[in-house]
Amino acid sequence: MELATDPSPPSPAHADTDEPIVVFDNVTLAFDEKVVLRDVSFMLRTGHTKIFLGASGSGKSTVLKLIVGLLRPDSGAIMVNGERIDTMTEVGLMKVRDDLGMVFQEGALFDSLTVAENVGYKLYEETDMPLDEGRARVQEVLGFIGLAEFIDRMPSELSGGQRRRVAIARAMAFKPRILLYDEATTGLDPITADTVDDEIIKLRDLENVSSIVVTHQLRDAFRVATHEAVRLGDRVDVVLADAQKAEEAEFIMLKDGRIAFEGNAGEIREAARTDPYIKAFLSSH
Amino acid sequence: MEHWLKGAVLEVQEYSRLTAASVRGVFSRPFYFRDVVEQFETIGIGSLTVVLLTGFFTGAALALQSGMTLDQFGARSLVGRLVSASMIKELGPVLTGLMLAGRVGSGMAAELGSMMVTDQINALRALGTDPVRKLVVPRVLACFLMAPVLTVMSDASGLIGGWLIAVVNLNVASGVYWKSVTDALYLGDAWMGVIKPFFLGFVIGTIGCHVGLRTRGGTQGVGRATTNAVVAASVGVIAVDFFVTPLLIELLY
Repeated sequence: MELATDPSPPSPAHADTDEPIVVFDNVTLAFDEKVVLRDVSFMLRTGHTKIFLGASGSGKSTVLKLIVGLLRPDSGAIMVNGERIDTMTEVGLMKVRDDLGMVFQEGALFDSLTVAENVGYKLYEETDMPLDEGRARVQEVLGFIGLAEFIDRMPSELSGGQRRRVAIARAMAFKPRILLYDEATTGLDPITADTVDDEIIKLRDLENVSSIVVTHQLRDAFRVATHEAVRLGDRVDVVLADAQKAEEAEFIMLKDGRIAFEGNAGEIREAARTDPYIKAFLSSH
Repeated sequence: MEHWLKGAVLEVQEYSRLTAASVRGVFSRPFYFRDVVEQFETIGIGSLTVVLLTGFFTGAALALQSGMTLDQFGARSLVGRLVSASMIKELGPVLTGLMLAGRVGSGMAAELGSMMVTDQINALRALGTDPVRKLVVPRVLACFLMAPVLTVMSDASGLIGGWLIAVVNLNVASGVYWKSVTDALYLGDAWMGVIKPFFLGFVIGTIGCHVGLRTRGGTQGVGRATTNAVVAASVGVIAVDFFVTPLLIELLY
């Protein structure tokens, strides 16, 4: 299913592809004595994907929470859409979050709301969009992820994979330019995980959404990096990407709060030959 | 000791910040009107049965106890005075407060605590919603405004309980009981009984929300938060009652 294009023109900050859309500059964060991130710097370009790998507790999810402004760094700077957010007030952050969607671990769906109310939450609660327009957008987004018939169900009636996909639908409903996925496939069987990966790929390739994927599931990380979505008439297929496309997705491996590796799918396989940590990580998954 | 003190100061600081933010939230936009109405129903209508039953049995027990004491002075007909004075000035507000602390305070802590440990609060923030405005303001406002209403109902139920015992058990005529009830009441007493619950409702709402939003540590943490909310809100109700009573006596009499 094809999503309608946004009637409003994109803001200059994200009009050009390949422009930096998220920038970390020497970001450090500690909780009490424990340093979670130490001098982390990276850049995400518009329409590209960054995949964060690393063991549990290596600081991957913290990176996403810093981008959304749920946490603030002790030092360093964070830019989102050309605006410095680490010094912003909570009120200022609310505007920045209009261009950010986040898929939380386990989905974090509001369990007292239906699927439709979850997906349309921001449209119903935080905008003046008329109810029928909001409902139409919710149906459109649920159709895109293939869950249109579940619109009036409660989250407790969905399977794990369906809940993650509804979480993706909720994050994309208000058409953000950046989507952040926090362990979106953890705990899912490989077939269900593939359906979630395909949604990430489709949003990136068909909607030009920039994405940061945090995972320790190597299988899913490589699937997102090495596949692309192509439209064939009314149908959308996820196929193996050509070499140039596959190079666009970059991996960052975190180890004890530091960046231990940064490069594309081919380079991380190459690095595994010489780096014992990367080798151990890749071979154990 | 130093660690405990730091923790205590942090709790007080966070509680004060939440209280200030929730008061600010009442008077500024965005204001989630639908959530406020929902909480009025949950807290007000939902607590009605427990509050009415508590008031009824307390009034009945008061009549039984005071009837025995008054008999020693041959003043059984004054039982209505004791029931009304005790219920309206003190027992009605405090017992309603304690019932709300148990039913509503624990519910808030459990609900917000579950939302904390499942990342739903973070999801709200990521979707551009301030959790204080969306979740705390409606609950605190509903507690603040419904506590006096529920207290008045509890008082009425207590007076009816006392009347039933006075008539059936103590053989006091209905007219004598109700005259005695109204004779004992001054305007200051009525104000005392209505003003006090505003304070108690505010304390219950803010403590329940504060404890809920500070929940950490999965389902075990939610259980701990629920218990802590009931204990803190109950102690808060009794302590606030103790401090507000002399203030109101000074102002009203």
